[in-house]
Amino acid sequence: MSTKAPLDSLLARHGKDPSGLIEILRDVQAALGSIPPEAVAKIAARLGLSRVDVEGVATFYHFFTARPAGTYAVYLNKNVVAEMKGRAEVARAFEKAAGCRFGETTADGLIGLHETSCIGMNDQEPSALINGVVFTRLTPARVRELVAGMKAGKETGKLVKKTGDGANQSRLVRAMVDNNIRKPGPVILAPFKSGAAVRKAVTWTPEDVVAEIKRSNLLGRGGAGFPTGLKWEFCGREACPPRYVVANADEGEPGTFKDRVILTELPHLLFEGMTIAGYAIGAREGILYLRAEYAYLKPRLEKVLADLRAQKLLGKAIAGKKGFAFDITIKLGAGAYVCGEESALLESAEGKRGAPRPRPPFPVQNGYLGLPTTVNNVETLCAAARILERGAGWFKTLGTPKSAGTKLLSVSGDCRKPGVYEVEFGLTINRLLEMAGGRDAQAVQVGGPSGTCVARGQFERRIGFEDLPTGGSIIVIGPQRDLFDVVRNFMDFFIEESCGWCTACRVGNTLLRQKFEKITSGKGTRQDLKEIEAWGKTIKAMSRCGLGQTSPNPILTTLLNFREKYEARVDATRDYVSTFDLEAAVRDAAAVTGQTLAEARHE
Amino acid sequence: MSKIKFSVDGRECFGKPGQTILEAARDNGVYIPSLCRYEGLKPTGSCRICTVRVGGRYMAACTQPLSEGITVENTAPDLEDMRRAMIEMLFVGGNHMCPTCEKSGNCELQALAYRYQMLVPRFPYQFPLRTIDPTGPKLLVDHNRCIKCHRCVAMVKTKDGKSVFGPLYRSKRKKIGADLTLAAGLTDDQAKKAMDHCPVGAILKKEIGFAVPIGRRTYDKAPIGSDVETPRT
Ligand SMILES: Cc1cc2nc3c(=O)[nH]c(=O)nc-3n(C[C@H](O)[C@H](O)[C@H](O)COP(=O)(O)O)c2cc1C
Ligand code: SF4
Ligand code: SF4
Repeated sequence: MSTKAPLDSLLARHGKDPSGLIEILRDVQAALGSIPPEAVAKIAARLGLSRVDVEGVATFYHFFTARPAGTYAVYLNKNVVAEMKGRAEVARAFEKAAGCRFGETTADGLIGLHETSCIGMNDQEPSALINGVVFTRLTPARVRELVAGMKAGKETGKLVKKTGDGANQSRLVRAMVDNNIRKPGPVILAPFKSGAAVRKAVTWTPEDVVAEIKRSNLLGRGGAGFPTGLKWEFCGREACPPRYVVANADEGEPGTFKDRVILTELPHLLFEGMTIAGYAIGAREGILYLRAEYAYLKPRLEKVLADLRAQKLLGKAIAGKKGFAFDITIKLGAGAYVCGEESALLESAEGKRGAPRPRPPFPVQNGYLGLPTTVNNVETLCAAARILERGAGWFKTLGTPKSAGTKLLSVSGDCRKPGVYEVEFGLTINRLLEMAGGRDAQAVQVGGPSGTCVARGQFERRIGFEDLPTGGSIIVIGPQRDLFDVVRNFMDFFIEESCGWCTACRVGNTLLRQKFEKITSGKGTRQDLKEIEAWGKTIKAMSRCGLGQTSPNPILTTLLNFREKYEARVDATRDYVSTFDLEAAVRDAAAVTGQTLAEARHE
Repeated sequence: MSKIKFSVDGRECFGKPGQTILEAARDNGVYIPSLCRYEGLKPTGSCRICTVRVGGRYMAACTQPLSEGITVENTAPDLEDMRRAMIEMLFVGGNHMCPTCEKSGNCELQALAYRYQMLVPRFPYQFPLRTIDPTGPKLLVDHNRCIKCHRCVAMVKTKDGKSVFGPLYRSKRKKIGADLTLAAGLTDDQAKKAMDHCPVGAILKKEIGFAVPIGRRTYDKAPIGSDVETPRT
């Protein structure tokens, strides 16, 4: 099949700036079903890059494939909650109905089955993306229906039978996703009238806006908890404009989906927060970095931006303020958890591999295209807009002294009411479990795989920066689960998602995983427990970015809070257990030489 | 010029603005072991062997700017053990058969392993399946030995600034790839430089090998770091 004509006309639609590389590759993948070598060569020539640069980007992101991904490319979520909700049967049903295994494409190229990390639908698992369209609450029966539809050549969007609630029903979204808003709150999940915050902000000086955010004690909601006002101040102080505002909508931490709900129901609040940030730091341009998994929301987000321009809340002389111009563009990712790390995100937004940068310099100094940039989480920006609207004093009445305001929690797993809860900081795990209907939990994973596994006896601990910080992921682990299955799933996630830059994270996590396997399969000793802890600490210390610095947490926090489970698996009577299996080692040789196993072992 | 005062393991040192911790330490006769770094190339901080501890926090000395008054730990036993773990990880994560390697004696990974008296790695060997790729008429790349230091990526460029080498994939699948068309245009001098910049025996120039016999190579004569270290007085 010649790919020449469509490829040329497709490339002609794009500019020649290398920062557009990911958009180009996304288009090529969508049009051709893969990134073939001739496309790599043409793109490289057009952008003035070497072929290996283009190939490097194409092989970094998991929604780009060198081989055809299938006319219908199925990406089945493999996170732990999907597993709890029956993913294994769903996967088998896909394989049986399609007639190929995961990792393969059917002989006729029609259906490709792939696995992917968390797609942000933990409250409605098992879920999958098929050609970018979200399918939730899958069952084997539903899978057979879907595959029949594919074989009949139906358009992917037409396979969606029923759309979800709220804006998921809008003409531009039409997704079967449910918002599952279980508990609205005063800061984020409350009605918001477009312009309410920006109109007020522009009557103040940018310095006063920054001061108000500082006064509110707003801390970043993306996980790291850096003071937002301070970040804006640092960025505004950097000499060389232009400056940039970036909203981090990568939401890749397994188990979080609260930004998805904001992007669906309150995009105008987010855009207003970005505009206020732009006013505060003196930026004219904002970028929404949207994870590929949420690409289904993009058409509607573009529409909201257009509406805001029409209302003079974006563009020139915003809210009547002379000289204040600001606009927002959307950039899509292509599948990589590490791109949520702010410097990796910037690399990705520049069209490169999502490898984190050395820090310092920090993004406020050396951000998008090397210019001063503030990167904030979606929820942080929404909270900032609301603080401008209602005042820092009001905001501080919510939460605790060290953790002002509210937090959106994405609750999933073994509970009756999975979904989004807006709660004041300081809430205990017990109280949350009561609300979500998960009181019999044996453990709760707070903050996703990179966070902490909290044991039943500690459920009086509180959500907040002073005790249990979280970007929002809360996974309830019921009494029927094997905790080690959870740990294993999380470790596999980090191994897969490491950018591969540093030694400790690239090599070490696999070694840690093997040690874990040795221990949990009953072949470990006390010495192995000591070693796994030491290795985990080494990986944390020797990794460059937050991914490697937290990747041993699934093991280290369960070792701390569930030590008895590990102790029960090791042989305390011995210092050394050989993992060498002599019989397995001689099996091939025995088969070739016609010896019995005993002969081959020289017995 | 203004001086920045700092200390390494209790030893008082002075550095210049704009220097990294590693550079400033070196000027004071303090060796901070490093592997991916190469004088004159922008440091990437990928091997993490130069990790030091400052105020309880770990940082790569090759990328961390020096600042006034910092107290750097460089030889704390637990830190040295973690560095050794990085070297061991590089050994078990690839396939390093030193006795048959063209780079033996000139190899910086091997030299560091000697410095750290590595006998047997604490980690199980992974024996990954890797290939040896002919890369243009002059070079071959042995992926068994590549440690992903990115030196070749930064250094080997065409006249118009295009990269000949570049990283592919991510996670443990990450490997260094080459643009074969561009590699075909490398001059002899560029090819030799590419080989010399590679800290291990991953980039090799075809045809000539073992010109200097083992036993008379760089680290056969003097151990790595000895050119920097001055004894404490
Ligand atoms: C591996 C990794 C993944 C991350 N993913 C996200 C993410 O998906 N969304 C996010 O807002 N922050 C994420 N972060 C944190 C960002 O680096 C950064 O701290 C944050 O976007 C800053 O915004 P904030 O101050 O408003 O929280 C991630 C960090 C790491 C190390
Ligand atoms: S810690 Fe892991 S993800 Fe982060 S830069 Fe290093 S290799 Fe990449
Ligand atoms: S080939 Fe050599 S120079 Fe290039 S990354 Fe590998 S080890 Fe470094």
